[in-house]
This record gives sequence, C-alpha cells and structure tokens, in this order.
Amino acid sequence: MEEVLLETKDIIKDFPGVRALDKVSFQVKSNQIHALCGENGAGKSTLIKVLSGVYPNGSYEGQIFIEGEEKKFENIHQAEENGIAVIHQELTLFEEMNVAENIFMGNEISHNGYIDWNEMYDQTNKWLKKMKLEGVKPTTKVGELGVGKQQLIEIAKALAKNSRLLILDEPTASLTDNEVELLMKILSDLKNEGVTCIYISHKLNEVFEIADYISVLRDGEYIGGDLKDNLNEREVVKMMVGRSIEQMFPDRKYKAGKEILKVESLDLKNYEGEQILENISFELAEGEILGIFGLIGAGRTEIANTLFGYLPGSKKGDIYLDQEKVDIKSPKEALHKGIALISEDRKRFGIIPPMSVKENISISFLDKFKNLLVVDENKEIANVTELVEQLNVKTASLNTKIVNLSGGNQQKAILAKNLVETPRVLIMDEPTRGIDVGAKQEIYELMNKFAEDKMGIIMISSELPEILGMSDRILVMHEGKITKEFDNRNKDISQEDIMVYATGGKIDG
Amino acid sequence: MADTKKIKFDLRTYMMIIALVSIWIIFSFTTGGDFLTARNISNLFRQSVFTSMLAIGMVMVIIMGHIDLSVGSLVGLTGGVVAILDVWQGMNPIMSIGITLLLGLILGLWNGWWTAYGNVPSFIVTLGGLLIFRGVLVGITGGTTIGPMSDLFYYFGKGYLSDTIGIIFAVLVGLAIIIIQLKSRRDKLKYDFEVLPLKFEILKIVVSVALLVTFILIFNAYRGIPIPLMVLTVFLAIFTFITNKTTFGRYIYAIGGNSDAAKLSGIDIKKITLTVFMLNGLMAAIGGIFLTSRLSAASVAAGNSAELDAIASCVIGGASLAGGIGKVGGAVVGAIVMASLDNGMSLMNVENFWQSIIKGLILILAVWVDIYTKNKKSAA
Repeated sequence: MEEVLLETKDIIKDFPGVRALDKVSFQVKSNQIHALCGENGAGKSTLIKVLSGVYPNGSYEGQIFIEGEEKKFENIHQAEENGIAVIHQELTLFEEMNVAENIFMGNEISHNGYIDWNEMYDQTNKWLKKMKLEGVKPTTKVGELGVGKQQLIEIAKALAKNSRLLILDEPTASLTDNEVELLMKILSDLKNEGVTCIYISHKLNEVFEIADYISVLRDGEYIGGDLKDNLNEREVVKMMVGRSIEQMFPDRKYKAGKEILKVESLDLKNYEGEQILENISFELAEGEILGIFGLIGAGRTEIANTLFGYLPGSKKGDIYLDQEKVDIKSPKEALHKGIALISEDRKRFGIIPPMSVKENISISFLDKFKNLLVVDENKEIANVTELVEQLNVKTASLNTKIVNLSGGNQQKAILAKNLVETPRVLIMDEPTRGIDVGAKQEIYELMNKFAEDKMGIIMISSELPEILGMSDRILVMHEGKITKEFDNRNKDISQEDIMVYATGGKIDG
Repeated sequence: MADTKKIKFDLRTYMMIIALVSIWIIFSFTTGGDFLTARNISNLFRQSVFTSMLAIGMVMVIIMGHIDLSVGSLVGLTGGVVAILDVWQGMNPIMSIGITLLLGLILGLWNGWWTAYGNVPSFIVTLGGLLIFRGVLVGITGGTTIGPMSDLFYYFGKGYLSDTIGIIFAVLVGLAIIIIQLKSRRDKLKYDFEVLPLKFEILKIVVSVALLVTFILIFNAYRGIPIPLMVLTVFLAIFTFITNKTTFGRYIYAIGGNSDAAKLSGIDIKKITLTVFMLNGLMAAIGGIFLTSRLSAASVAAGNSAELDAIASCVIGGASLAGGIGKVGGAVVGAIVMASLDNGMSLMNVENFWQSIIKGLILILAVWVDIYTKNKKSAA
C-alpha cells in the first residue's frame, strides 16, 4: 500500500542567473493526495514542468523514478505514456468543440481512420457520470460550460489517457465555493480508485482539507514534508516563508491629516447608457488608508479608473483635490496632479513585457530624467536603483526583462514605477492579487510607510482579511452604490458586517 | 547596486553582423573575388541605401506594433511630385525638395490620423493608402514618365564625395566616436557606476575607428564615398539617437510592448502614433526623392512593392511584428543583407526568379533562427 509511485533525486534546474530548483529530492506515495506548497517563485511550476516532460531530459540535472524505474522524458508525450498528466492553471480545452471531442482530443477512438462516435459518446457518458456532471451531454459545447465544469472535463480528459498521477496546478483559482467542494469530493473518490494526485495550491485551508501529505518548497529547495495530521497551518506558513508570520498586518498609528481628495455625488454611465456608479461620495485624508470592498461588478474598479481619468463613458459629479475642483481627463493628467493607480490586472495594464525592469519603472515619469530631449540614463539608473532597493525588488539586474521576475516582484516594480514622483493619492486595485505571502506582507508594510509619509491610500480589494487588517475606514459597495461606510480605526469590524452590505442586504440595520 | 553590464553584446545585432560577414565571405568565393572589389563594395552600399531609408522609417512603425503598407506608393507619389516640380514647373531644386518632404509628412499624417484617432487598424489604413497614393500618382502624371532631373538631383542620386572631403568626414566621425565614448565613461564614473577597464574602452574605440578607416579607404579606392550613403548615415545616426536616447523613442517601445499599460503610464499614445507615421512618411519622401534622382526620372511604377523589402529588412534585422522589439541599426543591417544577396547573386549570373526564391527563403530562415534561439534560451 505504501509504495512509492514517484521519486526525484537531486533535481537541479538553472535558468540564466537563477537556480530555480536546487537538489530537490522527494517522494510521492501511491494513493495519496500530495500537496505541494510554496510561495510564488518557490519552484513549484518548474518542478512540474520537469516531471511532465515540458523541460526535456538533459535540460536539468538529477533523476526521476516511477515505481523505482528511472525515466528520462524527452517530451510531454512520453510523460503521459508513463501515466503523468498535468492540469494547468489555464485550461487547454477547445471551447468551440464538444465535450466528447475534448475528452478524446488526440486520443480519438477510431477504426481505420473513421471516428467511432457512438463508442466515444458512450465512454464520455461514463466519464461525465464519474465527474458528477449529470446535466452535461457529450455533445455540449465546452464553451457553454462554466469554469468549474470545464476543469472537471479537463480532469476526465487526463484520466481518459490512463493517468495514474494527476498533477493539479492551482485548480481552484477561479472556482466558486460549491465547485471547490465538488472538486474535493471527486479527487477523494479518484484516490480510492487508485489515482495519485499532486495538488498545488496557495490556499492552505483547501490543502488541509484534502491532502494526505504536505511538502513545502522554498527558493527552489525542498524544505520538508510530513503527513497532514502532523502539521498545522502555522507551521506550513513558517516553512513556506522561512519566518513566522505572527502579525500578517503590521500595526500603524492612525494619524490622518487634512483632506486631500473629495468625491461628491459621482455618477457614471457607460456608452450603452447603463448606470455603473450612482451617487458616490467620499473623502480621503492625508495619511489615511481607505478600503473599498465590494463583490465583482459592484463598481470598485470603476471608481479607481474614473479618478485616474481612464474610463470611457459620461460622468457627473465633482472631484476635489486639495479643496480644488479638478476634471481629470487622462491618466497623464492624473499622474501630473499626483494621483497614481496600480491596476488590478498587472499583465494587461501594468507591465510592459519586452522592456527591462528599469524601463518599466521609469516610464511614467520619464520627463523627470530628461535633459533637453535626451533621457539621462545615468540619472535614471541612479533613481531607479534607489527605488528598487527601497522596495526590495528582487531582480538579477536592472536590465532584466520584467517578465522574468516573480509576480510579487513585478508588483513591487509596478509600485516603484508609481513612486518615481511621490503621489498625493495612491489607488491600489487588488494590490496583492496573485502574489505570495512574503511579498504580500512587504506590500502591507510599504503601505503603512506611505501613509506615515502623508500619502492618502485607497485600497480596493476583494480579500476581506486584507480590507479589515489594513483600512482605517471601509466603504462597502453594491451594484454601483456605496451601501455603508465603517470606521475601522480600532480594527474591530467583522467580516459578517461587511458581507451583509456587500450583498445588498439590509441598508437600514 | 551598480548596473552590472560588463562585457555583454547585444547578441541579436551581433548575430546579424556575423550573418552578413558570412554572406560576404561565401560570395567572395563563389564570384572568384569579384564581390570584394572596392568597386563592388561601393556599389553594394549604394544599392542598399534606398531600402535602408525606408527601413529606418518602417522599423519605428513596427516597433510601435503597427505596419505601413503604403510606403511603396508613398515613394512613387513623392518621387512623382518632385519630378513634376523640377521638370514641369522648373522650380528651384531646394524648393521642390522642401515641398516634397512636407508632402511626405502630410501623407504620413493621413495614415497616422486614421490609425491613432480613427482607430482603424494600420494594416487597413495603409492598404488603403497603397491604392490611393498610387492612384493619385497615375492621375497627376497622366501615366507618363517624367525626366530628366536637374543637376543637383544627379549628385544626390549618384554623386561621390571627393577623397579629401571623405577623409575630413572620417576624421570628424572618428573624433565624435572618441568623444562620445569617453564622455559616457566619465558620466558613469560620476555616478559611481561600474565601467569597463580603460584598456577595453580604448580597444573598443580603436576597433571602431579602424573599421571606419577601412571603409573610407575602400570607398576612396573606387570613387569616394557615395553621397546617398553619406545622407543615409546621417539619418541612421539621427534615428538611432531618437529611438535609443529620447523619451519619444522610449515611448515608441512602450506602446509596442503593451499599449494599455503605456496609456496608464501617462503616455499620449495617439500623439506618438501620429508622429511616428509622419516620420515614416518623411523617410518615404526622402526615399522617393532619392529614387527619382537615381533614375533621373519618375515613373508610375516607381517604388512598387518597396514596402515589402522594407518590412523584410526590419524583420531580418531583428524587429518583431508583435511590437516592442527592434532596432534602427538592425533594420539597416537587414537592408544591407538583402542588397548583398541581390548583388552577389547578380554577379554570379543567377537568374532573377532564383534570386527571388532565395531571398524569400532567407527571410523565413532568419526569423526561424531567431525564434529557435529564443526558444532554446527560454527552455535551457
């Protein structure tokens, strides 16, 4: 029963300038759900790519054994033949094709080149039953299914290839609670049928719910692992970050100064005439962190974009900056008036992929380094270096392309970009989305420091602990309106209080 | 943290030069040495000037993530207009050149306005331009060939600098190289940044100056530096400076790299897009004037499919059609590669259809090598 299905010995994988995996040796036992935890950049994805043949034999050092036999995968196909299948974070289904076509993609049941549709539909029905997808037909287009169901189709597709080892990379990142529950149930059913699983996740509560064994990677090294029952969350976090996080949200004395920003009865309609924001009024003082919470579609991001001059549509209402009425029409104007925005979508609105860390940081205020027409590169480097050090952006050099940094470091670089000229108002839209625990805490500490330096910060977030832990005041939004304002100076508001207003519950409570 | 650059070359540009030198070596064998004569080298560079001029403008458009298919027709139209002004109107050459350059800017503005403010994809706008500008050319010339051009144009198209002026030019450029290198070193030291050891710095200067002197000697061994090449060098220097050193240049790369992020960084995307298309129109007008000067006449077919050569040069020179990546210098090297292929194969008496096939294959190969080495790098 306790036999070892997969074992790695001293896997080393180098990228230019970085050692992504450093002598990783670990074992996965049969019929277990083995959770692999680690911060972003710890080497989890690299390890998976080595195990699944994405990085072919020879591009790394060390050995891989399946049931005691050494394997040298030259490509993904060979790994699949040995029963290893990976469910990536981004699904690889064809939305325009139906369920059966997707499950048997590249693996079609055919006789002399003719596809046996009846046999394929029959088998698909069996898989759908197993995945508890009762309402779905083999001929349903995958694009018509929700993300959660697509994920299960993806698992069925992997299992249809006789996979014994299923590797799931952050499978619940975009699932609802119900879908997560269903996934958990299916995974434990599969375990009973003899499928082994490597489960990669940031979410420790899930890990503790489902895993039999937990392993931790940090900075490319295998830190350790143990049966779940011998561990608790605190210990795992400590292994992940290399230090204990007693206090996720650092303390700060509330010391708000004079008002810097005031929004008065702001209305926003999009081009179709739909009401996006309705009667939004609030103010922000120097040294204050104002949290804005709301569910998706509540209009949080739209407030940020409107203040930043980046929303198409017609707006009504007044915005005052330092008691002076302003009409901000473009991001350029906003930046010059001292309003900075860190967007929620770092990939789309934040980084410029082909450019270096230095060029990404200096781009917003390049004029500052201008000498006649020319960019004074030495001045630029000196300034950027200072910010990179201050914000602890980990990069091999300033000329490294920004895409080569981990998510947390990219976010810090984007933060640095907005600090080249110190803003009066810093709007942070989901400032810690997709970044690891360590970097999160660093960002919280920086926010406190900025607040102490009299910056006004608006933090938009869908993570309640973050909203409750960091904000001095909290605005709750629902369907484009502010439904409640909380004073949170004593950090004594509860999650339930906020959720009631965020879901549009009783307004007069 | 000092900028730890040390002795690192821009591998892609470097690879291009290696490829170019290998092509030259191959041709000098296959042509029994004819390829490497002073006369041929001089001709080769002269032949590359036209495509190089267009590639300089085009590469900025490509870096910005756009494309300009109207360049060939722009060349035809501006070349036609300068001939009309010179031959039919008898206008002062300087005036007619000035008006033609202005026309190039305006036609670039037309392309840029539809792309930047009309939000029409540049592929469509400039495909339209390709038809429109060619149509206008046929209309205003009545389909006739206009020539011959007055003397000044002859010098611009086919003239040579005298040996003495060539040497003076070389000395000036040499001095400029030395001053720029030493100043950059001094500025870096002012900030306490790491610099190359002085002997490497000197070696770098010596190598560049030696290259410069070699070329001048080769040109002087034939008839002197070709004037068009001289003009090209000036534009190469100006646009390399613009793209590498100015904020405007940095913005071009940023827009091509991620236009949404560029906009949120406070960059006025519309203005920059418009300006780049105008500069491209300007370069096309210079190309048009040059082509008319070289042929001493303007015809309705002039510049046909020149945009494709320009695009090919940019791509061979390392530019990515996805935007954000490319170099002005690379595009010119790409144009010289194309000219070398034309020249070498003509010397070998390779038939025209083969020349076309081989150039097409080399274009695909160049991009394949680029992608292959990049993939290898990211998988390694």
